Amino acid sequence: MTTQTVTPDRSPLAPERESFWHLVHAEWTKFRTVRGWVIAAGVTIAAIAGGAFLGTDVSGGCAGGRASGAASAAACPVQPTGPGGVPVVDAFYFAHQPVTGNGTITAAVTSLTGQVEAGQAGNGAPRMGPGLQPWSKAGIIIKQNTSPGSAYAAMMVTGSHGVRMQWDYVNDTPGLVQGAGAGGLGRWVGRVSVSAPRWLRLVRDADTITGHDSADGTHWTRVAAATLPGLTSTVQAGLFAAGSYYESSRCTYDSNFCTRAIGVFRHIRLSWPATGWTGTNVGGYANATGTPLPGTLRQSAATTTVAGFGDISPAAGNAYGGSGQSLQRALAGTLAGLIPLIVVAAMFITAEYRRGLIRVSLIAAPRRGRLLAAKAVAIGAVGFVAGLAAATLALAAGAPRLRRAGGLEWPVSLLTEARMAVGTGALLAVAAVLALAIGTIVRRSAPAVAIVIAVIVVPYLLAFHPLPGSQAQGSGPGGGGGWPLQLTPAAALSLQQAVPRFHQLIALYPLAAGYYPLAPWAGLAVECAWAAAALALAYYLLRRRDA
Amino acid sequence: MSLTARLTAPRYLLGQARRAAAAALLAEWTKFRTVPGPAWLLAGVVALTVAAGVAAASVARCPSAACGIDPATVSFTGIYPGQAVAAVAGVLAIGNEYSTGMIKLSLAAMPRRLTWFFAKTAVLTAPVLTASALAVAGAALAGRLILPGHGFTPAHGYASLTSATDVRAAAGAVLYLTLIALLSLGLAAAVRDSAAAIGLALGVLYLFPLAAAVVSNPALTRHLDQIGPLPAGLDAQATVGIQSLPLTPGQGLGVTALWAAGALLLGALALTLRDA
Repeated sequence: MTTQTVTPDRSPLAPERESFWHLVHAEWTKFRTVRGWVIAAGVTIAAIAGGAFLGTDVSGGCAGGRASGAASAAACPVQPTGPGGVPVVDAFYFAHQPVTGNGTITAAVTSLTGQVEAGQAGNGAPRMGPGLQPWSKAGIIIKQNTSPGSAYAAMMVTGSHGVRMQWDYVNDTPGLVQGAGAGGLGRWVGRVSVSAPRWLRLVRDADTITGHDSADGTHWTRVAAATLPGLTSTVQAGLFAAGSYYESSRCTYDSNFCTRAIGVFRHIRLSWPATGWTGTNVGGYANATGTPLPGTLRQSAATTTVAGFGDISPAAGNAYGGSGQSLQRALAGTLAGLIPLIVVAAMFITAEYRRGLIRVSLIAAPRRGRLLAAKAVAIGAVGFVAGLAAATLALAAGAPRLRRAGGLEWPVSLLTEARMAVGTGALLAVAAVLALAIGTIVRRSAPAVAIVIAVIVVPYLLAFHPLPGSQAQGSGPGGGGGWPLQLTPAAALSLQQAVPRFHQLIALYPLAAGYYPLAPWAGLAVECAWAAAALALAYYLLRRRDA
Repeated sequence: MSLTARLTAPRYLLGQARRAAAAALLAEWTKFRTVPGPAWLLAGVVALTVAAGVAAASVARCPSAACGIDPATVSFTGIYPGQAVAAVAGVLAIGNEYSTGMIKLSLAAMPRRLTWFFAKTAVLTAPVLTASALAVAGAALAGRLILPGHGFTPAHGYASLTSATDVRAAAGAVLYLTLIALLSLGLAAAVRDSAAAIGLALGVLYLFPLAAAVVSNPALTRHLDQIGPLPAGLDAQATVGIQSLPLTPGQGLGVTALWAAGALLLGALALTLRDA
């Protein structure tokens, strides 16, 4: 009581009022108290969620690539599905015999040749010319049964990818034998011949099948072990050949099956009691008159020759009618929802310039970079939450509709679905930050909004309607869309890709079937790079210019 | 009031109305030419349309006689981005009045709001039409110079790139760009805010083709291509395969014109029925 400390005059504000998060809170208050902006954010959510109903309406046509445009259900073939519900094509020539219990099948492939249809002979039969495809295949296989889509594991020689082990349609592992040919010590990708055969072996142990390969039949290398859950005791084991995918409008049997692979086998040994080979055209694909794909089995004293059309493969890309109903269709409204968000995000700063509020804001937060960062955090959070909520609603509404429409939908794991939903939120958040940065740079609403829409929406349209006469986009394993979806912020739409791509299936992976040219997070990185560059310029100009 | 005065009064009033309209036009024209923004935007329309057209023409290839590529579509690729700039020009013609508060002064000086709106529209139309003509002429010229070297030759079925059909397509492109500017002007008058108006205008332009791309029902896709101002306008710029388009060129331009007319009507109604 004797001495009284005189405290210097202080601002009555608590120190935390100057903190960054307080600034963010202030910006959030600005956002939520403008009714039009909140309504626009609501429109964003409504557009994305509503777009799910438009996008998942696949009632017209088969939605698959095979018969798109065909309205009658009769014209739409039933797509076989493999283990896990994956849409597959399972059509090949199978020389098989039933085997029971554990055992081993071994064979040496001494020749693999391929043919591609060059035209039709006078009697309507296909006229074949030479043409081994990169993934034409012949080898040994252990398969549950001969119905399409059943579980299998196979060792094979391919046209130009060497020895492979494949199982259950989606798995592919290269053989490990290092050849002494032109490839030196690298992986063997050469052609087989009588003097340089490839030895293949499959060992069954309960529901595990192990693949081995060898150059000489004595030194074996284990390639991989496939687990086929639920494999019955009696299965079919044997030799197979399949031509692989080759799209041409001139094919006699099916626009997808235009090639034939011919494999020559020697030294076939089964540890099971032999019962003789039965030849079957698995899959039953046929031409218009019902003639099945003509596979053949020829046996001589030393060799067995198996020739077959078809393929054993996932139905992905535009191949085998296995596309078009991916879950991504549920997010079709994303760009429509993006437009009102871009308007709001640009106005978040341009309205301050228009009303002169920017001066007050800068008096309250004199450090301009912090103000810009707070605005970016606030509008980014709005975009993220709106996108996440909308995408969750859209996926929840769209998935059952797609499932009801048909069985072609790719099974999408929960993790992928989460990536699609969170990715949509991230895509919208970064787009909002980009719009804010552009708005700061140009300080005027209309040009800012137009610029951001032009760099996000227009590239997507250009990707969908590629420039006429330019190189076909979406070809090859690179995926659909081309440069507009690789270089512009629209690249982040790849976060919504629901369908996988397979290196062992050379087909078109078009944007229309839900394939993007970049990996999901690479696409987001491209969009982030745009936003970061725009923010850096905005920061520089905001500091340098008078408000 | 004398008899002569009463007799001359209507004529005098008519002259006054005519003078008022002329004065409004002059006033709006003065506003238009004394700020740098519109001139830059119109230069942007020309530059973007020609540049994108040159880029598209230099990557286009017609390797065989059956390539079926429309050379006009290639040359006029720049319309895609160019129309966004034309839309901004249309929006800002009205939006700037509201954002700067100039609208109060304008309406105080010209209390007849429709006269003002008409003057605004007319003053925008003439320069946009000129800029569009320059842009399309530049793009067509670039296509004419570049495309024959890329396989668009008489041997591949492209007898001439300056036939009556090509001239019709170019005229369609010019009118299309102008109509987009008018559509945006009408929307801006209706919503009174630049940002909302440009979002709305570009949404109307781009959402129809976006929706057509995701819809799997072919009939619905065709309808979307018929009613959207952008796809309909593109039909007016086609020279190859016109029979298979969802609309004839005249119908396509008509659909775009209907959109522009509807937006202008909406803007005029909003302007007369509402406080400024």
